[in-house]
Amino acid sequence: MGLRGSAEGRERRWHSLDHLEARNRPPRSLFVALLLASATLVTLDVSGGDASPVEPARRVVGEVFGPVESATALAVRPFTAVPDWFRSKGDLADSVRELEAENASLREQVQTAGVDRNRLEQYDGLTAAAQDLGHALVPARVVAFGPRQAQSLTVTIDAGSSSGLRPDLTVVNDRGLVGRVLRVTSTTATVLLVVDPESTVGGRVGSSMELGFVSGNGSLTAEDGLDLRLVDDTVVPARDDTVVTWGSQDGPYVPGVPIGRITEVYSSLREASQRAVVEPFVDFSALDLVGVLVPSGTTSDRAVIEADGSLR
Amino acid sequence: MSAVRWLVALAAITVALVLQVTLFPHVAWHGIVPNICLLVVVAAALTVEAPFALVLGFTAGVVLDLAPPADHVAGRWALALTVVAFLAARVRQDVKPTALAVVGTVAAASFVATSIFAITGLLVRDPSMSVGGMVEVVLVAVVWDVLLTPFVLPPLMKVFSRLNPRWAAD
Repeated sequence: MGLRGSAEGRERRWHSLDHLEARNRPPRSLFVALLLASATLVTLDVSGGDASPVEPARRVVGEVFGPVESATALAVRPFTAVPDWFRSKGDLADSVRELEAENASLREQVQTAGVDRNRLEQYDGLTAAAQDLGHALVPARVVAFGPRQAQSLTVTIDAGSSSGLRPDLTVVNDRGLVGRVLRVTSTTATVLLVVDPESTVGGRVGSSMELGFVSGNGSLTAEDGLDLRLVDDTVVPARDDTVVTWGSQDGPYVPGVPIGRITEVYSSLREASQRAVVEPFVDFSALDLVGVLVPSGTTSDRAVIEADGSLR
Repeated sequence: MSAVRWLVALAAITVALVLQVTLFPHVAWHGIVPNICLLVVVAAALTVEAPFALVLGFTAGVVLDLAPPADHVAGRWALALTVVAFLAARVRQDVKPTALAVVGTVAAASFVATSIFAITGLLVRDPSMSVGGMVEVVLVAVVWDVLLTPFVLPPLMKVFSRLNPRWAAD
């Protein structure tokens, strides 16, 4: 009885080892086929450029995953607010004190600024308002973030072509410039953040009106900031100066949107050019509510905030 | 049986991807999140037969490449996850893999996948970050994936091996 049992056991083990032997050897032909398929996909996408044949596939996958991502983000949102409940009274008092100090120093700056600068600011405000009149704001929430492993800093927002969005529109939040719309599905849109290494925005230095290019360097932390290179090499940008978008009415970026503040200036003797670090106003690691600037009068399935502040 | 297994695997990939882009960014370290799709592929490669795992790896990669908010050149994750499925399927399992073997496989798979993704980015000149940034991303991603292994791998491996016709008899 015992002998038979052990013989059967051995028998079974041999069988299962056979199975494992057959199972554990991945078929090389299939592996090579899949590698070639991946390489083909890469080639198609690289050579296609903007009119890549992969774009329709992206759109289809986006139509499927967009609503799922929006729904999950909605379910997750209450839980992400939990850490805020644990802020103590001391924390709040500290932040009030800091804000009061900041407020006081800002007021002092405004009062000590020259009359000319104030007048310039007024004119600037006027022109900015005039330019703003052509645009309305579609509110949207960020529902998904691209992982940094993927090396591109993009987010998904829960408004799409049915809300009047199309590629190349400017995305802002209450602090300043967030990025631009890359592609849309019917219910979602993918936004390229200005901190993405691929992103370049035309920028204008507030005090000197000098033009330059602001590009991202792939980091979410505010200290690493954005790179600013001025068109005119001889001009040295000043610290603490504000950089706004230069843009065009029909181009991807609307003019006059604040981008950030210059924190450091480097001059390179070899390249004879100036490089400045711009700390963005927007906190990219905590993006939530954003607005997409659409032409005034755009038809949308949600409330649109018009330039004069009215809700439509 | 095969159809059911495919459904389960695709559902796992979908859930993994959605969690990866919606929930985990809120707890991410400098924007680096755990690659749960990779964990699903490794779980499949360690339990079911290799052809299934290879095709699943490729599928998961393509979905990662195309689902919003992805904007890199498509095919890079597909390549990385196919290689990962191949390597993980080569881990010999005469016996059920021990916990240490599973964790080791996940760490190696995560390292290989993120590195392949980064290197293909350099090859096709997809704008990418500095070498220092890449090293940071690769290492933090390994830590994340290993941290999540005890929560993700055992249930997935149990489900996959239950759905595996050959192992169901054992």
